[in-house]
Amino acid sequence: MRKRAEADAKTFGYYLVPDPELLQGFLEGLKTNEERYGYPSCPCRLAAQKLEYDRDIICPCDYRDPDVAEFGACYCRLYVNKEVFEGKTELPTVPERRPLEKQARAFQAVSIPKEAKPAEKASAPAAAKEETEEMVEIRPKMWYCKQCGYVVFRDDPPYVCPICKAKREMFAEIKMKIDFSV
Amino acid sequence: MDISKVPGKNSKHKVLVYALSTCVWCKMTKQFLKDNNVGYEFVDVDLCTDNDKAKIRADIVSKGGTLSYPITIVDGKKVITGFRKDQLKEALEL
Repeated sequence: MRKRAEADAKTFGYYLVPDPELLQGFLEGLKTNEERYGYPSCPCRLAAQKLEYDRDIICPCDYRDPDVAEFGACYCRLYVNKEVFEGKTELPTVPERRPLEKQARAFQAVSIPKEAKPAEKASAPAAAKEETEEMVEIRPKMWYCKQCGYVVFRDDPPYVCPICKAKREMFAEIKMKIDFSV
Repeated sequence: MDISKVPGKNSKHKVLVYALSTCVWCKMTKQFLKDNNVGYEFVDVDLCTDNDKAKIRADIVSKGGTLSYPITIVDGKKVITGFRKDQLKEALEL
């Protein structure tokens, strides 16, 4: 677990939280979740215990990139940026960015449409999806690194390119259109 | 619902913590209360049944809380989200 986190931090230009006690705690939480659910979902979030609903909170979660970019750490604070790692800025408090309807699933409080396919789910926010399916903005998006050509499918471009280490600004969006009429 | 009780000399306020058993910040909140001799109750929400989870969610939302852990409810009213020492100290008059 530790090796995986270290490798991921290195690849994507992040650092692991410097406090050894915190780090150990996060890794143990992830390990527990992996043993329980079969995947290492965020130790600080309630899992729905169904892979299709928890996919966005499997560590590293979908919200890490925007959270580290905005606050300097991810939601649970396993991953931090260089400034926090070096102690130049304090470990911040990071508000939950995960959409409420996704959080609510973990509490079994919303009726979950049976026919929802993973591909459709990816186009959340799902507020008025059915009526406006063709109009809906497709999330995640496709991005390519203008420096090396690496292509990635996610909400926002990565913090740094995992291949050539180019910064986020080097990523450009590839416009897509999905035809739901088939 | 499995509510665990932790005794403490300071019982001025009724304290309930909704926590996750895997969450470091939840553990730190529990430890903080213990270190300050505050008696409290806690529920590890991730170990609850689906039924209880729904009840807990309703309780949190009815009190104006968000679904981020830990959630500390003081005297059934004041909701503190996250391990916020300053807010806990203020609410518990420590």
